[in-house]
Amino acid sequence: MALSEHHPGQAAYAEAPDAVGGATLRRVVAWVRRKPLGAAGAVIVLGMLLVALLAPLIAPYDPVRNAFDRMHVPPSAAHWFGTDQFGRDVLSRLLYGARTALLVGLVASLLGASAGLMLGVASAYFGGRFDLLFQRLMDILMAFPLIIMALAIVSIFGTGTHNVIAAITVPFIPRCARVVRASALAVRELPYIDAARACGFSHARIMLYHVAPNVVAPYLIMLTAFLGQAILLEASLSYLGLGVQEPTPAWGLMLQGGAEEYAESAPWMAIFPGLAITVSVFAFNLFGDAVRDTLDPRLRSTG
Amino acid sequence: MTRYICKRLLLMIPTLLGAALFVFLLMRLIPGDVCELRLAGEGAYVDEKAIQVCREQAGLTRPLTGQFVAWVWGLARGDFGVSMWTGRPIAYEIGLRFQLSLQVAVMATLTAVLLALPLGTVAAMNQDTWLDYGVRAFSIAGLAMPSFWLGILIILALLSGTQALWGTPWMPPIQYTPIWVDPAANLSQLVWPALATGYRYSAVAARMTRSALLEVLQEDYIRTARAKGLAQRLIINRHALKNALLPVVTVFGIEFAFLIGGLVVTEQVFNLNGLGKLFVESVGNHDYTLTQALVMLVALVFVVTNFVIDLIYAWLDPRIRYG
Repeated sequence: MALSEHHPGQAAYAEAPDAVGGATLRRVVAWVRRKPLGAAGAVIVLGMLLVALLAPLIAPYDPVRNAFDRMHVPPSAAHWFGTDQFGRDVLSRLLYGARTALLVGLVASLLGASAGLMLGVASAYFGGRFDLLFQRLMDILMAFPLIIMALAIVSIFGTGTHNVIAAITVPFIPRCARVVRASALAVRELPYIDAARACGFSHARIMLYHVAPNVVAPYLIMLTAFLGQAILLEASLSYLGLGVQEPTPAWGLMLQGGAEEYAESAPWMAIFPGLAITVSVFAFNLFGDAVRDTLDPRLRSTG
Repeated sequence: MTRYICKRLLLMIPTLLGAALFVFLLMRLIPGDVCELRLAGEGAYVDEKAIQVCREQAGLTRPLTGQFVAWVWGLARGDFGVSMWTGRPIAYEIGLRFQLSLQVAVMATLTAVLLALPLGTVAAMNQDTWLDYGVRAFSIAGLAMPSFWLGILIILALLSGTQALWGTPWMPPIQYTPIWVDPAANLSQLVWPALATGYRYSAVAARMTRSALLEVLQEDYIRTARAKGLAQRLIINRHALKNALLPVVTVFGIEFAFLIGGLVVTEQVFNLNGLGKLFVESVGNHDYTLTQALVMLVALVFVVTNFVIDLIYAWLDPRIRYG
């Protein structure tokens, strides 16, 4: 991993497009060799996806059914990670919680990065007054701390999974638009854009088919960087009581209320959900770092 | 340079005005208002007239443009107005909590600087050794760990640690004491949240220090310094670190501006009565004036921080000239 990270020239550039597009097995193996940490991250992410998909099959208990005869059971053979204050199995809730985390993480990152891509390309392409105005608008959005923006959105539209996704998506947009715009500004000046214009193509067509494909690298970098952040944000919002609501299993929610109250007598309630968040964000970050190094070794900013 | 500074200062005005307009409209999009909540919040029946009177007193019945202009005009004169919920001046409400939040923010930043610079430097100097891997694992973990979970773990460790040592569990004090009144009580309360936030903060900065330093270490002038036999310590301190600091300063600046938002969660865990908590409460109470004032405060910190970062750039690297 480290070798190619600091001597970018050689393989990284040549193979970048294939590593993303239809990668052959050999290329994947080569990438895994070069970026073992990134590959480890990818494996954990895939594992999470599997767990989320198969949750109903592998979860030993119903994640939402209360069982007041076995509250606060410490980790045992029957309940590997113990039970919570309502007697619900912590392991089962963790497995189902992967669904919430992945759903929110994937949808919010994809929406946020894609909207940022389009706005960033348009801003750079049209330039001039539109660009200036747009940049100021992005400044304003950026001046709002993420969590406060999310707080306002949840207050307006209410809590629940859909609104949590919206609350996380909106702050991502200016961050991606910024980075994409910077790359698109350079692309705009290239001769083939002039050529496309001379052919009489519409603005939309030029932006979509000629500019956007050439700023895919920063887009993917931001997208993968957002994944971990989105999961963290969802957990924070749910922890504050502004996100996913009971009884839906969500990791941040599991740390709220009961986990804190009983932290001393039932520490497993606090430890395992936090561990799940940390490991999954860790994996997404490792994977994202590897993607960034492969696509653009010189881009350091993660927004 | 003076010209540039003036231009930048003037450019802050439209951004801040935009933020003002944005938060003003955003708050009014939230269904319900402070009067309904205060008078009929418990679900009790309240005369519609009473609510109307309250609204009139709070100035909510005036046209939106009038409300906005009056508010911005007040801001321009440094008058934040009164909180719609408590009725006390906003400057007083914020002043109460500002000390605490600022102290946590400064202590978190100190923690981050003290951790990040040495760790990042050690990692860069020992690239691809177990030291380097250790530092990188430490910093990636810091980015992955939710600060509220770290907070819960710290409290848990304090409780069980003191239980094992002294036989009675000890908790950080709940009541805030200013540092000049009782430094011991103050620090024993605020060190923990500062550590919980500072860790994440240092993770970002340590990564940046490492990669910036690695880049600089490949420069020709570092080779020259080595060739003339300078001690490694001198090369790092005098030549490399100075030039690698630029992006690190940016990270510190950006993170500092975002710290206020991050405090929302940390204050919740440690049960601190700071700006973050005030924020959540004011949004929940539909306290337009207080929320607006807080957003403007954060936006101002953000804009000013960005400006200061740019100035520090020019100071650190004399080649940078703004025109």
